[in-house]
Amino acid sequence: MNRYPLWKNLLVLVVVLVGILYAAPNLFGDTPALQISATRGASLEPEILTRVEQLLKERGLDYQSVRLEDQRLLVRLRQAETQLKAQDALREELGSDYSIALHLAPATPSWLRTIGGLPMNLGLDLRGGVHFLMEVDMEAAVQQAEERYVEDLRSLLRENRLRYLSIGRLGAGGVEIKFRNTEQRDQAETLIHDEYFDLLLQPVEEGGSPRLEITLSEEEKREIQRLALQQNITTLRNRINELGVAEPTIQQQGRNRIVVQLPGVQDTARAKEILGATATLEFRLVDVTHEVQRAVEGRVPAGSRLYYERGGAPILLKKRVILTGDHIIDAASGIDQQSGSPAVFVTLDGQGARLFSKVTGENIGKPMAVVFIETKTETRMEEGESVKLHRRVPEVINVATIRDQLSKRFQITGLDSTEEARNLALLLRAGALAAPIDIIEERTIGPSLGQDNIEKGFQSVLIGFALVLVFMALYYRVFGLIADLALTVNLVLLVSLLSLLQATLTLPGIAGIVLTVGMAVDANVLIFQRIREELRNGNSPQASIEAGYANALSTIADANITTLIAAIVLFGFGTGPIKGFAVTLSLGILTSMFTAIIGTRAVINLIYGGRRKVRLAI
Amino acid sequence: MKLYKKSFRIDFMGKRRLALIFSVALLLTSLGSLIFQGLNFGIDFTGGTLLEVGYEQPVELSDVRQDLGEAGFGGAIVQHFGTTRDVLIRLAPGAERNNAELSNEVLATLQANGDNPATMRRVEFVGPKVGEELTEQGGLAMLYALIGILIYVSLRFEYRLAIGSVAALVHDVLIVLGLFSLLQLEFDLTVLAALLAVIGYSLNDTIVVSDRIRENFRKIRKGTAVQVVNTSLNQTLSRTVMTSLTTLLVLFALFIFGGEAIHSFSMALIMGVLVGTYSSIYIASPTALALGISKGDLMPAPVPKEGAKLDDRP
Repeated sequence: MNRYPLWKNLLVLVVVLVGILYAAPNLFGDTPALQISATRGASLEPEILTRVEQLLKERGLDYQSVRLEDQRLLVRLRQAETQLKAQDALREELGSDYSIALHLAPATPSWLRTIGGLPMNLGLDLRGGVHFLMEVDMEAAVQQAEERYVEDLRSLLRENRLRYLSIGRLGAGGVEIKFRNTEQRDQAETLIHDEYFDLLLQPVEEGGSPRLEITLSEEEKREIQRLALQQNITTLRNRINELGVAEPTIQQQGRNRIVVQLPGVQDTARAKEILGATATLEFRLVDVTHEVQRAVEGRVPAGSRLYYERGGAPILLKKRVILTGDHIIDAASGIDQQSGSPAVFVTLDGQGARLFSKVTGENIGKPMAVVFIETKTETRMEEGESVKLHRRVPEVINVATIRDQLSKRFQITGLDSTEEARNLALLLRAGALAAPIDIIEERTIGPSLGQDNIEKGFQSVLIGFALVLVFMALYYRVFGLIADLALTVNLVLLVSLLSLLQATLTLPGIAGIVLTVGMAVDANVLIFQRIREELRNGNSPQASIEAGYANALSTIADANITTLIAAIVLFGFGTGPIKGFAVTLSLGILTSMFTAIIGTRAVINLIYGGRRKVRLAI
Repeated sequence: MKLYKKSFRIDFMGKRRLALIFSVALLLTSLGSLIFQGLNFGIDFTGGTLLEVGYEQPVELSDVRQDLGEAGFGGAIVQHFGTTRDVLIRLAPGAERNNAELSNEVLATLQANGDNPATMRRVEFVGPKVGEELTEQGGLAMLYALIGILIYVSLRFEYRLAIGSVAALVHDVLIVLGLFSLLQLEFDLTVLAALLAVIGYSLNDTIVVSDRIRENFRKIRKGTAVQVVNTSLNQTLSRTVMTSLTTLLVLFALFIFGGEAIHSFSMALIMGVLVGTYSSIYIASPTALALGISKGDLMPAPVPKEGAKLDDRP
């Protein structure tokens, strides 16, 4: 008795071998590498690969391989020292169309990689980097949409020669149009209804002139918010791409939040500046027919608006916007040939170019201003609660006389420094955020601390594990050694599962592994105690093994399932590190059940099974 | 000598009144401390800014405080972290300056010191809203975990044993929380994870005992409920001790060698394993006994005779 059928032994063997195979990538470590990705929507052409290879050869930089891997070029180098040199050289050669990030690529042999063998992902707490949780200001997104409607409706009424008294946003949300009489209002209502059928229109009589209150439907608000989130994610992705970070994570979390993780980033100040900046440009004509001084005193002419220049000088600009930053498809910083001052060279899209060339053609000889609009976030205390306020700060950065008809390409000058030119170019390239975002959580782990955490974490697990192995062997002798084997295999299986699933290992995750070791030991102990009991009751060794396993099974199952329930609840409700803990714990429970119940039995059967006379060393 | 020849005959249940007094005393102390002193919540829960910096040479905390005070961060809590070269700085969520940029300013202030420059090891900023949500989610997670467990144990065992195991869980969680409150150890996200692991462990222990009680009620024909429980506890004692010992071995390794980052975590787990082991003996079973668990409750339901239902029909 106590023999496993061949298939069961084979199953155990196959599981163990596959486990070892997929756990193996973790042994190889990393190679220094460069990750090259195309910015501004350019694609990586295969000839880049040969260009990079050629350049590296020319400079005598020793590389291991250059390979195209999903939308990016991975250059593996042989030594860490060549990493920076190669980065500089490639930057020079490839220019600003590509971002080149320093990277540590897994050194897993290619045959292992082709069958999907990859090392575990290490969390930021184990390798250093920045984690941001950002919240998109959804109210602002709706507000902006309403402002757009104000403009659209105004031009709609104008085009149809419908008279109205005023149009504007309502404080509580929505748009309001005032009319002289109800007849005009009713005409407008029909017109708007035909044109924008998903707007909710509400005619109002009371008090003064008849009005039309226009609100967005709930579905439309939701759609606006969804699009704002999507656009923000895309914009953030572009900006991060420009920063040149290897393997960034940008994910939506919940309805209005975005998680950004940048492994290995050191300069958090710059990262925050670039990610959080909500800047855009507007081009407006300067109002030369009215006096600025009178506007400063409070009499701003209709059709114009008062702005201030960098130095604080007031300037009157036309209300109508010629062009916004949305039409910019490329921007590069450089030096203006004539003045020698920093400049940004802008390229427009087709529609923008048409618009721009029409207006500039009509206004040759007149001045035009570039307005830089930055959304600043302030936190203020109001009645004991901190309230976030977004303020749009417009600033005229450049006034120039239109000399020629401008179209697709032109330059902006009047910037303070080359650094500012570079940042502006970057922001213009990466597009504007659809709605302002706030960083509501930020975690930065320095690389030295990450290294420290990983060393200490693994070290302590190994020490604890070794102690358990010794203890088990002393207490249960041969059976203890079998348990030790099972515990080791359990650890290997757990690592291979984590690697296969590409789960992220964090510090609490390591702690979850430790708890798994405890649970695995418990399963073995339960079985062995039962076997001892059976022996004590005078049963034969073979019967004791059989009964020991049978009796312990339901206990192990119950204990593990309840823990699994706790782990699943943790996974469902937890965030970040707690999730990591839950993942390792639940996977660990599964592997430990397999090794403790089926694995040890297979070995015990091989050693003791089928023999009539046997003494159990337990 | 063969170890397994020995079997234990300890009258656990005879001392259950004593244990009850002990537990009540522990619980009252914990609750008292939780009510009057509260938990020392980390920034995961409260929001705020936390910086961990490393200096090249040992640094005086008063100097750091002075530097920070001059730069306008007067309210900062400054303490050593591990060694005298590592400093932990905490800024409460404030009104005006509570934003992600703050950490850069503080860091710049500390790095300005030329003779003993500081390097950034960790910077964390958590908005007040995130902390609030976390507290809510943590509490909810705990509640749902308990409900899930209650349902499973009720279905698999018996409701009295289920209540007993949940009582043991609540007991363990409260005492670990009480310890964190008494010693004013920092309670952060990883400690919350540890607490949930304590639930898992304590439960594991309780289930093993309950399982044996169920088995023995069915197997042992003579004897009172108390005697059956006592026998079950003795039979599982070696296992209880073995498992706790090995788990503690690993946890002490974590506590001693794991570094500062998992200190609180391993502390909570060590405490949880100790209390969990005790509670599986002295809380879960006595509760089930007090609720009047008896042989009949755990006997498998008799198979109804065929046609019995039909006879009842009018």
